[in-house]
Amino acid sequence: MTAILGMLAAREHLVRLSAVDLAIVIFYFALVLGIGFYLKRFAKTGEDFFLAGREMTAWVAGLAFVSANLGSLELLGWAGNAYQYGILAAHWYWIGAIPAMVLLGLVMMPFYYISKTHSVPGYLQLRYGPAASGLSAVTFAFMTILMSGVNMYAMALVMKVVLGWDINFSMWVSSLTVGVYVAAGGLFSAIFNEVLQFFLIWFGALLIPILGLYETGGWSGMVARIQQNFPGQDFTHMWGPMHSFSSNPMGIHWTGIVFGLAAVQSMGYWTTDFLVVQRVLSAKDIRSAKMAPIIGSFFKMAVPLIVILPGLLGLAVLPMHLVPNSPHLPPGQHSFDEVLPLMLVRYCGPGLLGLGITALVAGFMAGMAGNVSAFATVWTYDLYRPFIKKDATDKHYVSMGRWCTIIGLFVSIGTAYLAMRSESLMDWVQNLFGFFIAPLFGTVLLGMLWKRVTSAGGFLGLLSGTATSITLFFLMKSDPKWVAIFALSPEAKGLAQAMYQSLWSCTTCVVVTILVTLVTKPKPDQELRGLVYSLTDVAQEEHASLFHKPVFWGMLALVLLVILQIIFW
Amino acid sequence: MGEKHNIIPVWFFVGVLFLAYGVLVLASGLSRWSADATSQNAQNDVLAHLHAPVWWGALLIVLGMVYCGAFRPGRKAN
Repeated sequence: MTAILGMLAAREHLVRLSAVDLAIVIFYFALVLGIGFYLKRFAKTGEDFFLAGREMTAWVAGLAFVSANLGSLELLGWAGNAYQYGILAAHWYWIGAIPAMVLLGLVMMPFYYISKTHSVPGYLQLRYGPAASGLSAVTFAFMTILMSGVNMYAMALVMKVVLGWDINFSMWVSSLTVGVYVAAGGLFSAIFNEVLQFFLIWFGALLIPILGLYETGGWSGMVARIQQNFPGQDFTHMWGPMHSFSSNPMGIHWTGIVFGLAAVQSMGYWTTDFLVVQRVLSAKDIRSAKMAPIIGSFFKMAVPLIVILPGLLGLAVLPMHLVPNSPHLPPGQHSFDEVLPLMLVRYCGPGLLGLGITALVAGFMAGMAGNVSAFATVWTYDLYRPFIKKDATDKHYVSMGRWCTIIGLFVSIGTAYLAMRSESLMDWVQNLFGFFIAPLFGTVLLGMLWKRVTSAGGFLGLLSGTATSITLFFLMKSDPKWVAIFALSPEAKGLAQAMYQSLWSCTTCVVVTILVTLVTKPKPDQELRGLVYSLTDVAQEEHASLFHKPVFWGMLALVLLVILQIIFW
Repeated sequence: MGEKHNIIPVWFFVGVLFLAYGVLVLASGLSRWSADATSQNAQNDVLAHLHAPVWWGALLIVLGMVYCGAFRPGRKAN
């Protein structure tokens, strides 16, 4: 997050928008507001407002699923990481996403869907009871709203640096627009906006790699230029430089990527973070729910084209060397995270520039809409209904959801102003979210696959995993000697530390869950039907043709993933 | 999508977005092209001679027309 703060330095902004660029931005705001008002008439019941009526096709749910993770800060940050670390950053899009999406579609989604839960904490309520569900709901609601505020501020800073827009103007106009259309149409609005954003981002950013590869004379020309600009450094291989911690700029060993990122962190994020899972729960039937993450996985596999490749092209064609993010950059210097706007300015004139900027604004607003819609659902169904007002009417809960959306946005705006005053708050909030995801994956997966797991085991496993995560984070921040112990090398950088932190916290969660389970009494089978693998009949589409089977497409995604790894080894 | 509620498909709105942006980007590209033909104004963007806004705008218009036509309100989905 200091990356973004670094860009606050008093420098001339990068881009001056023309009239046509402004028209493109304004049209987007008008369109999303119009769609919000149009959808209001359809969001009448709880299922409509919180789950978009459970009538989305696999394609819409799949695009919204992947789009919820394709926010503006994600684009700017990972393009910056690609400039800093090279193609290693693509691990977060490939092995750090695709297997998890396939697992969600083929293994976990049926349980979420068949149990008819509204949310991930809702599943925990059914499987483990109120303690685990309450812990998960409180941490999710709290962190989601904080994240929303921090992202709001960070994006307003980007708009200030790139466009020269006033921070207050950016925050209030965008958040009020999001508030109006989400409060009106609920998840319908959020999903429609995410699909629009998906196309906008692709068509706003795709020209950068196309024109960049044209300028460099293709992939080999780009690699040659990178080697010329940065002699002796390997930016274009994914696995080769990871045989030791010191042989790559990220300071990570392949075990961190395989066991920390692929096996734990990405699994936790893509299968238990309700912000993304909620999009799939809106699917119209179980086959669509299984297909949605798998469809999303193919698009996710393509995202490095518009995120990682521009970062690599930046290494090849930008006349200046970008520098680490810092609050005190001298005039004329640019940080890693500015590589995407710099490439946009390099190739895009009036009109196209407006398209690119609108894509960034849309990504920001869609991310905020995702946060507040998920917050409203978890607050209403997992905290307000079970703990505060149990027997209210459906209409009452919809009304609560609408108010939550507005209140959540104002809390986010308040957080944004707090973040403006405290740089450290932004860093903490960014890290806090990771504390809960890895152990939650262990709790949910064990609960789905092993019927013996008890309520006490689930709750104590989740609690101990979260405590481990927090403890390791502070230990590694306080003294580098702990980095050598828990991240296996003193050379492990921030991202590498996070991978091992996830691995140990999930392992702790699983071990504690198993140990407590073995000494406590399990739930009777009849209470676990539809929630656990051995007690649930999941339709396997045995009579469907090959092309209609989710398992076929899931396997195809994994095969493509392997081919990509071999190509860029 | 929208079977229970008969909602206009999101793809129609995607088409509207493409169409509007295609027109704006194409118009901007054409006006810049004609201005370039009559003057030697310096261009800030690299590869400006490829006139990317013109063909990108045209592509958006074609896609917008396809989406708007295929998913227009009132058309019965298969």
